[in-house]
Amino acid sequence: MSIHRITLTVNGEVDQVDVASNVTLLRLLREKLALTGTKNGCMAGECGACTVMLNGEPVNSCMVLAAECDGAHVLTVEGLAHDGVLDPVQQAIVDHGAIQCGFCTPGILISARALLDRNPKPSDAEIREAIVGNLCRCTGYLRIVDAIQDAAHRQEVLLQEAII
Amino acid sequence: MSINAHPELPEFDYVHPSTMTEASRFLFEHAGEAVPFLGGTDIFVCMRDGFICPRYLVDVKNLNDTGDLRYDPQQGLAIGAGLCMNRVISSSVIRQYYPLLAEACFSVASYQLRSRATIVGNLCNASPAGDTIGACLVLDGCLEVHGVKGIRTESLETFFRGPGQTVLLPGDIVTTLHFPPPPEGTAGIYLKLGRNALSDLSIVGVTAYGFPDSAAVSGFHLRVALASVAPVPLLLGGVEQYLMDHPISKETIQEAARMAEAACSPIDDVRGSAAYRRAMVRSLTTKALKYVWQKLTNNSE
Repeated sequence: MSIHRITLTVNGEVDQVDVASNVTLLRLLREKLALTGTKNGCMAGECGACTVMLNGEPVNSCMVLAAECDGAHVLTVEGLAHDGVLDPVQQAIVDHGAIQCGFCTPGILISARALLDRNPKPSDAEIREAIVGNLCRCTGYLRIVDAIQDAAHRQEVLLQEAII
Repeated sequence: MSINAHPELPEFDYVHPSTMTEASRFLFEHAGEAVPFLGGTDIFVCMRDGFICPRYLVDVKNLNDTGDLRYDPQQGLAIGAGLCMNRVISSSVIRQYYPLLAEACFSVASYQLRSRATIVGNLCNASPAGDTIGACLVLDGCLEVHGVKGIRTESLETFFRGPGQTVLLPGDIVTTLHFPPPPEGTAGIYLKLGRNALSDLSIVGVTAYGFPDSAAVSGFHLRVALASVAPVPLLLGGVEQYLMDHPISKETIQEAARMAEAACSPIDDVRGSAAYRRAMVRSLTTKALKYVWQKLTNNSE
């Protein structure tokens, strides 16, 4: 099986790694880069626990070959906070009690971050649609939707404060 | 009975050619061992579950600028094979001129999966349940194929041979999906019946599409395509001709729906029984045609 040397930027840090053809981005993140925040749920692109941002778009990392990621920019849940300050989506999820076991949370945070990047003022229906690929067995989604909506408001306030 | 998570991918060699010619030649020379892929959203699952075990996976994304789309009012729309479904959905050109295509893409899985999945991949995978195939059929799509003997065009009406089977030969790579310029005043809808409201594979999929046509008795040309109810996605030529030859009314729509039910050959599977699927074909075809007819007649006022 062929080995591929790839260079990719993960959470702002450039990494060069050798990966076998059949190694997924998920395995690379968890096993080679020790970024275990991203979870392995279904290995079929259905549950969303493995969601990361790849070149600015959320993907199921279990469905991406690491070898395809040469030159790519990846954002995982570990990269959301900056200088110890949680991203608005992280803070809102915590404040709304929208976490129980926490297994779906990293994937949901990335999906939420991606949603607010492309649509800063989503409706509840748009939030629900954006996280349809993130399955949660614990919360029933209500608090998650509320948290993401709240994160949108918080983000808007932060933006206004930054402008002023 | 135990339910196991999908295992890791088996061993294979990842091949990333630089050009379409190189990719075509590699696939031809390794026929039976090499498989092309774009987003990989179906092929990786099939490999994990042991349905296929290629020795080589050939990445054909973005070769020869196939990651974009072009629209020309005279030529129509050309969608590169590598363009993901999210980009189709967000394209202002497609939303304006081919909204049915965006609607069909939007019904697929989840945002994450659509960041990788492509319409061309959906077509080449040739699942009878392919969500975008009905829209491609009613919109008269055709495929540009790069083979070892050169480039040719394949009509979608004759593209599918069976579940997972197409007319593609070893060495063939679909590069572009073409659509003719749309007529003025079109209307369309994709009704997808699934076990949940979003993201599931379809139990039944009905695509209905119409546009003004003076050759039709009613003045409108209507088309219907079905998913998940036959070995291949169905473009119902008989229904289309019937609706061309008769004035559109509640009765003709009901007859068209009865014809659609008669034309399908569904099976029982985990998502639904054949009997249920037949009933839903009739019900959803009625609903889809009523919707399109109402839109067309409102548009013409």
